[in-house]
Amino acid sequence: CTDDLDQMPNTSTTSSQVYTTAANYKAVLGKLYASFVIAGQEKDGNKDLSSNLGFDYMRYYFNLQECGTDEVASTWLEGDKLRDVTFLNWDANDPWVSDMYYRAYYTIALANELIRNATDSKISGFSDAEQASLRTYRTEARFLRALAYYHVLDLYRNAPFVTENDPVGAFIPPRYTAEKLFQYIESELLAINESLPARQTVEYGHAPQAAAWTLLSRLYLNHKVYLEKEDAAYYTQCITWCNKVIAAGYTIEGDYAKLFNADNHLRTNEIIFPLVVDATLTSSWGASTSIICGASNADSKTLLGVSSEWNSFRTRGELTNKFDDDDRRGMFYTQGQTQFIEAMDNQVHGYLSLKWTNLNDAGEAVSNTAKDGVSTDYPMFRLADVYLMLAEAHVRGGAGTSLDIATGYVNQLRERAYGDNYATKGQITKSALTLPFLIDERARELYWEGVRRTDLIRFGMFTTADYIWQWKGGIKEGKAVDKKYNIYPIPATELSANPNLKNENY
Amino acid sequence: TITDQDNIPMIGVTIMVPGTTLGTITNNDGQYSLSVPAEFTQLQISFMGYETVVSDIPANRVLNAQLNEETHSLGDVVVIGYGTQRKGDLTGSIANVNSKDFNQGMIGSPEQLINGKIAGVQIMSNGGSPTAGSSIRIRGGASLNANNDPLIVLDGVPLEIGGISGNSNNFLSLINPNDIESMTVLKDASSTAIYGSRASNGVIIITTKKGAADKMKINVSSTNSIQTKTKLAEMLSRDEFVQVVNQNGSDAQKNLLGSAQTDMNDEIFQMAYGTDNNVSLSGTYNKLPYRVSVGYYNQDGILMTDNAQRATGNLSLSPSLLNDFLKLNINVKASHNSNRFAINDAIWGASTWNPTQPIYSGVSAYGGYNEALESNGEPVTGAVINPVGLLKQHHSTSTINRVIGNFDVDYKLHVLPDMRFHATLGYDYAKGQGDIEVPATAAQYFMSGGRDYSYGPQENTNRLLTTYLNYNKTIGMHAIDAIAGYDYQYWKSYTGAYEQTNVAGESQTSTAANDQRHVLLSYYGRLNYTLMSRYMLTATVRQDGTSRFSQDNRWGTFPSVALGWRLSEEAFLNEWDALTNLKLRGSYGVTGQQDGIGNYAYLPVYTISQNGAGYFNSYTYRPQAYDANLKWETTTAYNWGLDFGFFNNRLSGSIDYYTRQTEDLLARVPSAAGTNFDKTIMTNVGNVDSEGWEMVINATPVDNDNWTWNLTVNASTQSMKVKNLSLVKNAEITNTPVGPTIDSYNFQVLTEGYEPYMFYVYHQLYDPQGKPIEGAYADLNNDGTINSSDLYRYHSPAPDYIFGLSSTLRYKQWNLGMSLRANVGNYVYNGMAMNTGAFNTMSYNSAQLNNLSASYLDTRFTSRQYLSDYYVENASFLKMDNLTLGYNFGRINNWFNLNATAMVQNVFTITNYSGVDPEVPQGMDRSFYPRPRIFSLSLGLDF
Repeated sequence: CTDDLDQMPNTSTTSSQVYTTAANYKAVLGKLYASFVIAGQEKDGNKDLSSNLGFDYMRYYFNLQECGTDEVASTWLEGDKLRDVTFLNWDANDPWVSDMYYRAYYTIALANELIRNATDSKISGFSDAEQASLRTYRTEARFLRALAYYHVLDLYRNAPFVTENDPVGAFIPPRYTAEKLFQYIESELLAINESLPARQTVEYGHAPQAAAWTLLSRLYLNHKVYLEKEDAAYYTQCITWCNKVIAAGYTIEGDYAKLFNADNHLRTNEIIFPLVVDATLTSSWGASTSIICGASNADSKTLLGVSSEWNSFRTRGELTNKFDDDDRRGMFYTQGQTQFIEAMDNQVHGYLSLKWTNLNDAGEAVSNTAKDGVSTDYPMFRLADVYLMLAEAHVRGGAGTSLDIATGYVNQLRERAYGDNYATKGQITKSALTLPFLIDERARELYWEGVRRTDLIRFGMFTTADYIWQWKGGIKEGKAVDKKYNIYPIPATELSANPNLKNENY
Repeated sequence: TITDQDNIPMIGVTIMVPGTTLGTITNNDGQYSLSVPAEFTQLQISFMGYETVVSDIPANRVLNAQLNEETHSLGDVVVIGYGTQRKGDLTGSIANVNSKDFNQGMIGSPEQLINGKIAGVQIMSNGGSPTAGSSIRIRGGASLNANNDPLIVLDGVPLEIGGISGNSNNFLSLINPNDIESMTVLKDASSTAIYGSRASNGVIIITTKKGAADKMKINVSSTNSIQTKTKLAEMLSRDEFVQVVNQNGSDAQKNLLGSAQTDMNDEIFQMAYGTDNNVSLSGTYNKLPYRVSVGYYNQDGILMTDNAQRATGNLSLSPSLLNDFLKLNINVKASHNSNRFAINDAIWGASTWNPTQPIYSGVSAYGGYNEALESNGEPVTGAVINPVGLLKQHHSTSTINRVIGNFDVDYKLHVLPDMRFHATLGYDYAKGQGDIEVPATAAQYFMSGGRDYSYGPQENTNRLLTTYLNYNKTIGMHAIDAIAGYDYQYWKSYTGAYEQTNVAGESQTSTAANDQRHVLLSYYGRLNYTLMSRYMLTATVRQDGTSRFSQDNRWGTFPSVALGWRLSEEAFLNEWDALTNLKLRGSYGVTGQQDGIGNYAYLPVYTISQNGAGYFNSYTYRPQAYDANLKWETTTAYNWGLDFGFFNNRLSGSIDYYTRQTEDLLARVPSAAGTNFDKTIMTNVGNVDSEGWEMVINATPVDNDNWTWNLTVNASTQSMKVKNLSLVKNAEITNTPVGPTIDSYNFQVLTEGYEPYMFYVYHQLYDPQGKPIEGAYADLNNDGTINSSDLYRYHSPAPDYIFGLSSTLRYKQWNLGMSLRANVGNYVYNGMAMNTGAFNTMSYNSAQLNNLSASYLDTRFTSRQYLSDYYVENASFLKMDNLTLGYNFGRINNWFNLNATAMVQNVFTITNYSGVDPEVPQGMDRSFYPRPRIFSLSLGLDF
């Protein structure tokens, strides 16, 4: 009876059984996408990672990209351990810095596992139609891995590198410099972009070709930060790929607010690549739920369609100051709130955001957020960002477009924002299309969408004295901080597990 | 005529012709007669409690003999793995505690019976709750964190480690301590090697009481107790708190000061009542020895609503058939536990409650409890919930039923009576389930409509087949005891899927079903050889195969050998009258470890998603972290021992020294990001060496008609060192973070060349007044900046020395007992002081203030200083665990014996540690449930 020693799991399964049907491959790919917005295999349970705060990828990403900037004021400094992120004072032990890092590499590991099991030889037993699908899944996995690596590059710069060719387990990944990561991400995106589904055929939620193009544009636009030298050829590249997105037929959605509501899965005209969040199917306390519930208080929550108010996020006065009264993108709840932040953890300081909601197009709440979270998808990339990137790349010296065209794209956004007042108040002239205008316009168009830290760093404003906002650096009047805070450190735990890594300044 | 030491004739002494069934017993005058065939030349004379004599039959065919009472330390038979052995013949490091030496008082769980009694055995309750369970460490445990629990063998059935739904970590509490006859602790590798792959952390063998060989005895006992709270976390007094808020708080915070005077601890802690009642009947009916017992235990916790109840029944039948050639043993133990779990968060809540706020709000919302509310009257998300409301409104109960049965067959072969065949069929079945009810009006789950659901049932099954042959023969001066056997053990644990639903029946989360199984196959043999009662040899080998590793790694062989030399039997020491016993022991052995690692950890397992965790309108598959090369952790150990006894064993004791090398340690450690599917993985990480001394002295300084005084002292010391960490070949890994975390911070490390689990912290700097300076740490590497390379290793939770002392003093029918225990050099991280000791922790939201640790007055920290060595404290302690006073009334009305005992447990603790208790799991103090002081009164009646 030594056969009894071959005990196999009964309520779970093993890889040799999983990779037998195309549907199972899709379920593995589903996990890869889901890893951005939920944290486990049960609603708020059976977590993916041991010993961390327990949130999903996008909650970490949003907070690291927003809480230290001029856009978001976090209330729960002590309970949520967000004090150091908020005051630009983190170290290599910070739980948010650490958890983001591990979530990114978790997603990379999931992608590697799918790619490893979807090689041409491993899928050769499937039908031709199935093989075509599996190859697309493999390409999508490569895209999502490139996206996660891009986040790693943007947040941590020099970081470990691991692909499907490395074994699971006993392996110490090498350290890749920012330059090598940049080149890798670029080469991956160039290699796969055409193999992703086209805009016309993509199934909702899957990454289309334009997602890779947008990511390439963002990579090139920020190249100076990553490569520490500026080369106008990269701005030209940025414009090239932005043009490709625009040429694919995406158009600006008429109603700005509808991009961030619970029916935003209908906005495939503008939203290029969404992460799907659904109160019943894909639910967590992170991603868009933490943004919408976080922005609500007891009085504003009905306006957002949420039943539980978290009181954790407010806007900072510097952000709300950028809007004039006619700019309809400035959707703030001001009643009972002061505009500026006298005390960071005082929840009546700072206006609340009404941009993200859990309402459908008819204005009804779609889920009980006390129980389930919201049903608002997270737009990872959308056309307005592409317009603004193109305009900025042009201003920074890129070729491939004209000032007329660039100004025209920006004015499309202004027209949507100002509506009837566009001609009198919204429209900008070509001469107004400057870098100072663009960094503010990006705040107005893209606030609370997880790009602010990257933008401020590209403009040299995140740590320096060039732009000071309240509580920057931990004091009310704000101050410049050490430039090391442009980069998050590799977590202390990881330094001990991977001796190839080091932090230069932490 | 057979007489005793005082030449008084002995009645009922058994006279046998060795190797035959021929025999008789002595009459009332101590005389006997027996016809012995001519070919037999010897008779064996035996009587319970006396040394057996084998004598040649003299020519006149009249054999008179004088029997000597067995001296305890030599003659006691000790249960060892797969058999028994005379204490005098032991070669390994084995400690045995019999029921008469057990700790007394309110004993919730069997391990508490021997706490402090055995050198090198540490038993620590996980907290003050009656449902908390204990951790047991023998010689500190050989592993790092795979599992350090010893193997527990109950009446020959190895129990599966781990809890069951509704009774986590506390599986021993399902056994009634009153049914236990003896507990044997196997410490060194030679004695544990017979248990092979599960023996690295030592073995505890529990033997339950059996039927007595005479007329029926009835024993009734009842113990009733009161538990009171001891030390609590030191927080700011109300006045201090008000002062701090008024001095440093914002206006909004000052507005949260009320006028109430609330001591929340007085509300959540109670005086707890406990009762433990047992009745047992034991005797022989128609040659069938039996024992039947029932017990009922009911213990409240000092935390309001906490309660554990246990009803047990135990039946033991041990018939002998075919002239004692066939012995059967049938044992069935059943228990029914029901628990109500108090929410431990209430302890944190009460410690940090704003003492100026009342308990009750005066309105009916949220059950009338005063809660932190938003402007619209709803509870603040993430606020600390009113601890009284939390306890009273959270109704969490569980019931566990467990049956442990074993059926032993022991057959002495008719053709070869020295050979026995033994078989044990064991079956351990437990079923646990729980219910959670929280009204929709309670603040805890107000937004999601309360809770009302059941979890489980979890069903655990453990099946065992043991078969072995035993050959036992004494030929002249040679004594041989050999066994060879085969074991099969199968475990299964199944928990059904369940939904957490609210009061309205809406699902909140879904939990998947879980089915876990594993199998262990074993072949083993042991030879005990004794020459002239002086020279002893034990050799053991066991081969185990486990389902937990891949085919390449699943079989392991675990050999051991031990030698003993009883010097006191040698001629050159015979003249020394004062010496009763002197024995040298030496042993070597290899044991393994494979518990605590999960059943499928070497396989690439995929987990399917549950409701709410899908994507693309469908379920998803998630790969789990795994290590395909997972293998046994193995420990090689040497033990050197000296046993001694003087003055007829009025003074006796033993000294042991051991060394231990553990290789391929199984531990959960951080894995390099991106290389596996979790942040940490269970893997073989490296080697650890340890060594230690143990010493026990038993003394009876006074022993006369009126007075007896017994004194036992034990002392042990242990040191451990990490030899190498080898997660990946040729990769230099210096520090591996391990241990419990707070907010993703690790506090302990494994470092090559150092003790494991040392705290890894910054060295706090102080101002001239001795006040710690916030954020100022020593720049230990002198590079001008303070960063993670300035962390240093600072002590560990493991004690350097452990001492135990117990004393019993009898005066006529009075007896007074006590036991004391001390640990020296153990350090604790005071996480409670850190986590509540900074000004910022006073406010987590704008509707509520939280009280601060008293340490705030010393530090005045603004932010939490997670990694300051300020919070690593020396937690050396001296505890008096027990103090008992008993009186034996003797025979009452010629009808029954009566004795009464009054006891105090957890009498006092002397320590410099500033937190609640210096003895906390893993050296990490996080809102600890204080261990109660227990006063109890016990009555025992023997009919």
